[in-house]
Amino acid sequence: MDTRRGALAVPKVRRVGFFTSIEPPPESSLQRPNRSQSGPVDATTSSSPLSDSPSGNLISPVLIPPSRHHSDNLTSRVAAAAAAPVPVPGPAAFRRYLTPERTLLHVGSYNPPDSLLGTSSPSSNGGLSEDSASLFGFQRSDSTKLSASLPNGGFDLTLAVRAPQESETKIATTSASQGKKKIAEVSGKSESATTKPQKEKEPKALKDKTTKAERRAIQEAQRAAKAAAKGEGSRRADESGRANPGKAAIKPQPKKERLPVTSSVSEKTAVAVEKEKRMDVPQTQMQYDDKSRVDKAKRRAVVEQTESKNKVELFLHLPQYERSNQLPNLSSNFFTLDSIHHAVYKVGLQHLAGDISGDNARCIAMLQAFQEAIEDYSTPPMKDLTMDLTAKINGYVSFLIECRPLSMSMGNAIRFLKNQIRKLPVNLSESEAKSSLCSDIGRFIDEKTIIADKAIVQHAVTKIRDGEVLLTYGFSCVVEMILLYAHEIGKKFRVVIVDSRPNLEGQKLLRRLVTRGLDCTYTHINAISYIMREATRVFLGASSIYSNGTLYARVGTSCIAMVANAFSVPVIVCCEAYKFHERVLLDSICSNELGDPDAVANIPSFRTNAKHSKTMDNNKNLQFLNLMYDSTPSEYISMIVSDYGMIPPTSIPVIVREYRRENLLL
Amino acid sequence: MDFQVVILAGGFSSYLVPLVAKEVPKALLPVANRPVLSYVLDLLESSNLKDLIVVVEGEDAALKVGGWISSACVDRLHVEVAAVAENVGTAGALRAIAHHLTAKDILIVSGDIVSDIPPGAVAATHRRHDAAVTVMLCAQPVSGPSESGGSGGKDKTKKPACDDIIGLDSLKQFLLYIAKGTEIKKDTRVKKSILCAAGKMEIRSDLMDSHIYAFKRAVLQEVLDQKPAFRSLKQDVLPYLVRTQLRSDVFSDQSNVEENGNGNGKNNMQNNEVVLSQILSNASMPSFHQVYESGLGTRKTHKCCVYIADESKYFVRLNSIQAFMDVNRDVIGESNHLSGYSFSAHHNIVHPSAELGSKTTVGPHCMLGEGSQVGDKCSVKRSVIGRHCRIGSNVKIVNSVVMDHATIGDGCSIQGSVICSNAQLQERVTLRDCQVEAGYVVCAGSEHKGETFARK
Repeated sequence: MDTRRGALAVPKVRRVGFFTSIEPPPESSLQRPNRSQSGPVDATTSSSPLSDSPSGNLISPVLIPPSRHHSDNLTSRVAAAAAAPVPVPGPAAFRRYLTPERTLLHVGSYNPPDSLLGTSSPSSNGGLSEDSASLFGFQRSDSTKLSASLPNGGFDLTLAVRAPQESETKIATTSASQGKKKIAEVSGKSESATTKPQKEKEPKALKDKTTKAERRAIQEAQRAAKAAAKGEGSRRADESGRANPGKAAIKPQPKKERLPVTSSVSEKTAVAVEKEKRMDVPQTQMQYDDKSRVDKAKRRAVVEQTESKNKVELFLHLPQYERSNQLPNLSSNFFTLDSIHHAVYKVGLQHLAGDISGDNARCIAMLQAFQEAIEDYSTPPMKDLTMDLTAKINGYVSFLIECRPLSMSMGNAIRFLKNQIRKLPVNLSESEAKSSLCSDIGRFIDEKTIIADKAIVQHAVTKIRDGEVLLTYGFSCVVEMILLYAHEIGKKFRVVIVDSRPNLEGQKLLRRLVTRGLDCTYTHINAISYIMREATRVFLGASSIYSNGTLYARVGTSCIAMVANAFSVPVIVCCEAYKFHERVLLDSICSNELGDPDAVANIPSFRTNAKHSKTMDNNKNLQFLNLMYDSTPSEYISMIVSDYGMIPPTSIPVIVREYRRENLLL
Repeated sequence: MDFQVVILAGGFSSYLVPLVAKEVPKALLPVANRPVLSYVLDLLESSNLKDLIVVVEGEDAALKVGGWISSACVDRLHVEVAAVAENVGTAGALRAIAHHLTAKDILIVSGDIVSDIPPGAVAATHRRHDAAVTVMLCAQPVSGPSESGGSGGKDKTKKPACDDIIGLDSLKQFLLYIAKGTEIKKDTRVKKSILCAAGKMEIRSDLMDSHIYAFKRAVLQEVLDQKPAFRSLKQDVLPYLVRTQLRSDVFSDQSNVEENGNGNGKNNMQNNEVVLSQILSNASMPSFHQVYESGLGTRKTHKCCVYIADESKYFVRLNSIQAFMDVNRDVIGESNHLSGYSFSAHHNIVHPSAELGSKTTVGPHCMLGEGSQVGDKCSVKRSVIGRHCRIGSNVKIVNSVVMDHATIGDGCSIQGSVICSNAQLQERVTLRDCQVEAGYVVCAGSEHKGETFARK
């Protein structure tokens, strides 16, 4: 597995464009950072104008629109000054890329090979550490950053020892609207700082030390960021109007991800910073094992829900409610929930009852309900439309969350809508504002789903050749469109539909494909290793794709992808770009959704056996777990077909970064 | 929530003949000393439904009902009382008030139910499936007195046992067939197309139609306009809709879609709309309607849904004398949460102003209204006694309902009977399973069993 990973990922990483055109050929890239390291490190001590030039001038023409880059010039300088001699395409990318790497370091224990690498590298001498750094490097995309910093530690002891203080003081003084970036930078620094002194110690101890130092650095950075943020405003005033939404969207990302993983950042600063960001962030996932928060949420709750008794311990942080009570409870309150618009209520009911499944459909249904709600909305006297409508939408959203946790795409759509509301010109009359919002929503639906789907179909169909056997899992509406379209234009192929209990969504797909005259095979997931022999290509749908390329999709997808990988069958994931998310996902435990646990136990054909099921229910030693999603590491994905074309999974962050700001207005 | 509520309060029901009279329309029949209509209003009020239309047959009855409503709950509810001609049937009544109906969906509730099933549940089911009509079904109540006195009421008890024959699909979401059990003599017909489309039909006789319906307004009005001969919702309109669900003549869905399309304004790309609706419909498990529709292309369908109430919920329709007895017994007995009274330690309600003679016992599950007087050595068990009744000494009242201002002489024995208001029982009358009309005087010393006393 490891060798494959390395072989697959390294070239991709280099190619995607985190490195600019001045990048030397790959074989020398390992050396390169070491060489150039001295320059920028000097720049750290003197100040940064020198380092301005590589990042400022040598940007790859492909990726960064100049205007924005210019605005972020300051950041790039700081970034360059910190440690990275490598020309960095843009601070945003830098920032983002760092995090996955770091988290990977932290939670190495999740992934044995990783942790092994991480611990072994510093104990060796300089040459070896270089090597290990390169190993590190191809784990995730910002390899050079780390490979640069690690050898640096090996090179210059004094400098490295000095580094932490230096970085801290610098943080305190520099303008710090880039708090997040600095955190990243500092962590990189401290990494480099600590590796050297701890060289002779136990790997384990080193690891602890590293995280501690990091923690302190992070804390410091956050404090500085907070302080600086106040004074900073004026400088970026002209920029703020445009840059804010995008920035806000990106900024909180590292933090959000870090919180659940390390859980070491001081609560206080975390909360403070969180508060600042709250307006822009789609709600962070609530941790349901946090008693006080759950209680608070309960008080706000619209729908009464009883928590299920027999919870699975590993998933306590996810909402687990008695499914059987939810629907009757909600529906009996039909008339009492006046605050919820009936269209939204209907969608909530449908989500809860499982009448609508599938990410696209859920998102569209939600948006249409919002559209209806906005049409019926009228601003109460003495209130501001923007504020009041946002509050209303928030209420709807929390209601929908109670019905069923939102998917990432829905979060993105909500964020879009809220931004749209916020951006409404003040002088617009109410009816104009409403119609503009409605048309915005309509446009979102059209562009992000329908047209995107058409684009995806056009792209993906080129990958289908005559005589192929296409395997698909579960039900994805895009995949269905692709198959139908390919059939329509006369391609000859066969479809294998793999399905899984308890939802058996594949049957829907099967029924529709068969009525259209496609040649289909239907099987369950237990037969995957057998049926995969026949397949020549795997098409998968997605619930969302995270910026580290992790595919978050219906449970079972990762199994399919892995088996396909083992049989060297290419795995093609079809996903609209509005489902991309800048978060990083490493496992399917942190964020997931739990389905009805009873659905696992209930096998339709055995339903008559009531006695049997009763004993199952009452057994305290038996817990049912019905996970809805799982995550597929990017190694197993050959290609992602999105509305922006066919891209490797490593390019997701680029899309997120570049298109979110200008095009998506998210 | 865009629902309008219509309460069909009826007029002077023929089923309840000795109990209802010109003075007391069915809606005002006292159940535990409260008009039955108040239970419906309470139920709706608890669901936050405060704008109601009460339809009453006959001007006189409407006046009476309106008078009561305005005195009882004018401050809490906004009730419109509409009078319609007598004997037009439920469908006719709705036809008469059609111009009042404006909301998207109409919730129709019979005025004679005593229940604690939240009507919101029906409405929610209706909305969730986007149905043309949703019917609430509930388990057949166990009819008849629980212990003593069961012998006499048997012929009436048996009747509702095969009230409705109901066909459901395998998921118990859709209504495939409905008929009154009494109508089916030897054989019945089930639409083949429906059976084929649904694949499987479950026929139930243990459920009954609760007369709480949610209709799509457009569908309801369409049907009422198209079929002027329809008189009853349950017997005509509902079976018609169920029968025609796969070849719908009511194109409500279509018009709605078109409205939505226009509302969205600039979405000139009809194509997108189609794709959109396809995505949405593909996402959900297709009901057999959709399967059928897609199979045959142009056919329009509409959905007839059911909401099956939980068995633990209480539901009784006041449509027979037996039911009247049952309701009275239950409301002060097992299902006392419905009555809204607070019970004493002896599980009974004795109004403080009621006067009890010496050695008189009032057992559990009894109710004595205000200002009633009970003489010495009486025994009251499982009975409701109204306001200002005068009951002599040595009287035994078991399983009975005595309405306001009734006078019962000494030494009477009343079992399983209903004594209406202002009726008078002279000394030593023995009644068993009898009904005494309002103002009737039963002669002294007589002994009756299973009789109805009414002035001709």
